Amino acid sequence: MAKTVDQYFDELQQTRVWRSIFRSGTGSSTLKRALAIQQNVFLHLFSTKVRTRMLSFSATWYLGTLTLGTFLILVATGIPLMLYYHPSAPQAYADTKDLQFVVSSGMFLRNLHRWSAHAMVFLVFAHMFKVFYRGAYRAPREFNWVIGVVLLLITLLLSYTGYLLPWDQLAYWAITVGSNIASAVPLVGEKIHFLLLGGNTVNANALLRFYVLHCMILPLTAIFFVAIHFWRIRKDGGLYSHASEPATLRGAAQDAAAAKGVQ
Amino acid sequence: MAEEEKGALGDELSRRQFFTKLGLGSLSIAAVGTAAFSYQYLEPNVLYEPSPVVNAGKPDRYPLDSVTLDVNNGIYIIHSEEGYFSLSAVCTHLGCLTAWKQELGIIACPCHGSKFGQNGKKIEGPAPKALPWKRVWLNDDGDLLVDRSTDVPALVRDSFVRI
Repeated sequence: MAKTVDQYFDELQQTRVWRSIFRSGTGSSTLKRALAIQQNVFLHLFSTKVRTRMLSFSATWYLGTLTLGTFLILVATGIPLMLYYHPSAPQAYADTKDLQFVVSSGMFLRNLHRWSAHAMVFLVFAHMFKVFYRGAYRAPREFNWVIGVVLLLITLLLSYTGYLLPWDQLAYWAITVGSNIASAVPLVGEKIHFLLLGGNTVNANALLRFYVLHCMILPLTAIFFVAIHFWRIRKDGGLYSHASEPATLRGAAQDAAAAKGVQ
Repeated sequence: MAEEEKGALGDELSRRQFFTKLGLGSLSIAAVGTAAFSYQYLEPNVLYEPSPVVNAGKPDRYPLDSVTLDVNNGIYIIHSEEGYFSLSAVCTHLGCLTAWKQELGIIACPCHGSKFGQNGKKIEGPAPKALPWKRVWLNDDGDLLVDRSTDVPALVRDSFVRI
């Protein structure tokens, strides 16, 4: 019985999906043991090698680094905003107005947070389009694309949960509409709606839940996945460059050989 | 000794396997329990939401052939030839608050353009359904009461309050 479970696990470890997620193979040799540590982001945060191309200064930093830049601005502006904001109804609206008109530099911080949020959503999409049209999602980077999709969802959820916090009419109706979209999920839609809002309508419970999601749960989840995302880039052969891909190099070699044959 | 142990157990579990299974089994049960308790914790048991029953005041506040929106409670009080009735003012599409357009004689949603008739019937999408009718009755003081949590069939004799 116990053995068959092991066998199932062994088979699972040979599948393409498993091999795309976990980079090291299995086995009990010293090399495999060393790789198990060195090939794990949580046990070995820094990869053992970096290409100079990845550290070179470029205009967009492949868009991903710009996205990280906006994320860091959002953390740096979000924490000071938390000092004046009470996530309670209707105090939240008054605090938002205070941030705009009473607190020194409050307007600056709030607008910086807002525009960086818009920029981050835009950059995430631009980054994904670039990766898609360049074919940079292909093996061995398949799983990093999956992590990228998770990061897209986290970005959209951060944007959505932050939208409620000013507690004005725009926020209230946007979240009413958005949470009703969640109720459209088959079978469990109403339950998701109820758990998300902590009630049947958008009220104080919903505001507090969105605040905790926006300031704690989602940013920590984002950092967790960003760590894996960046680490995988280095592990999976560095930033994608069409010219240095094995398939391109093979194709060039074949072309050269063919050209020689003609002569 | 070892042989004796093997003989006694036969093809069954060794002691090590038994304790491994026991440990993993207990952990699984604990994990399921934790998941169940976490789910219960996330679901509020008491809601501090307004009562579903709304007192709409004396019926004579609503003239004949009028549609009155109660913004705070999300309902319409309508006084028609057949009597008084109440409609939910919450759009069946995505939950926006609809508004009565006197000049057009329709109920319209500002969010995505759904249109409804004075009796709640859907005229135009994207709303999937008509606006539901709510239960109305008179209390002992002669006030019109609306239960927002109870839908009643549209245009049925019993769904009107007549005075």
